[in-house]
Amino acid sequence: MADQAVPMEQHSPFLQHHFDDLDQQLDSSTLGMWVFLLTEIMFFGGMFGAYTIYRSMYPEAFASTSRHMIPWLGGINTAVLICSSLTMALAVRSAQIGKRNLIRIFLIATMIFGIAFIGVKFTEYYLHWKDHLVPWAGFQYPEAPQFFRQAQILFCFYFFMTGFHALHMFVGLGLLTWLLIKNERITFGPTYYNPVEITGLYWHFVDIVWIFLFPLLYLIGAHS
Amino acid sequence: MNHHVMPVRTYVLIWLVLIIATGTTLGVAYIDLGPWNIVVAMMIAFTKMSLVVLFFMHVKQQSNLTKLFVVAGFFFLAILIFVAMTDYGTRSWIPPGNMW
Repeated sequence: MADQAVPMEQHSPFLQHHFDDLDQQLDSSTLGMWVFLLTEIMFFGGMFGAYTIYRSMYPEAFASTSRHMIPWLGGINTAVLICSSLTMALAVRSAQIGKRNLIRIFLIATMIFGIAFIGVKFTEYYLHWKDHLVPWAGFQYPEAPQFFRQAQILFCFYFFMTGFHALHMFVGLGLLTWLLIKNERITFGPTYYNPVEITGLYWHFVDIVWIFLFPLLYLIGAHS
Repeated sequence: MNHHVMPVRTYVLIWLVLIIATGTTLGVAYIDLGPWNIVVAMMIAFTKMSLVVLFFMHVKQQSNLTKLFVVAGFFFLAILIFVAMTDYGTRSWIPPGNMW
């Protein structure tokens, strides 16, 4: 059906041949990214589920760890991530309207917020290390020795869950760097901004994981 | 295009609500509400998540198929946690020794 094929000059260079049009391509990549994010929900969900079970078994021991958490640092980090989500959303919006300079500014802002988050997070890790709160690495819990073993379970969850979250932040920073380079090479616009949109979905997902980690790990027994 | 561009105002408004909700969750954590502390904290977290998913992640504008996938993901997570807790949450109901 050569006579019905779209001439090359009308065919967007971004349209893959197995899609009818760019709208369908964007819908497909969005759905595909969500399928990936569902696997991520189950990945973190397993840890959240295990956390829920152990917290229901040892509520006092888990609450006793709160005195070692620094809620205001966690709160600042939550705010930093929410700011990074705003700049990411604005980067996607800039891509939708095809403003290369704005895309660049918002991507860099998102990366700065992301790096700030990781900086605060690793400062906390260092403080926990100094306080001997790393399980199996000279863990000490003198103020509540009856919870010596159960508190280590909480700190296992803490380091694994925040650690995997931090790993996702590093991957996100890598993706943002890739976007930053891509933004200079090709022109994002109303017809094609898929990579920015998809990376945005990932970045917001990582933000959502933290939205749940913050109250669950930092604020368990703050009131007691 | 079925993906219309949202105004900057909307994004900033959502951001403001998210920041206020973060402050609220931090403040409420220091008030002793007994078992309600965790309920309030989770309700605030779910609200924040919904705002991020609907507006920042544009699910509000997506096709029904994508919406169905998103809901399905959280539905299966709810099954995971709820069914696990029907076991672990009820084990203490049976006195030790009467298990079989």
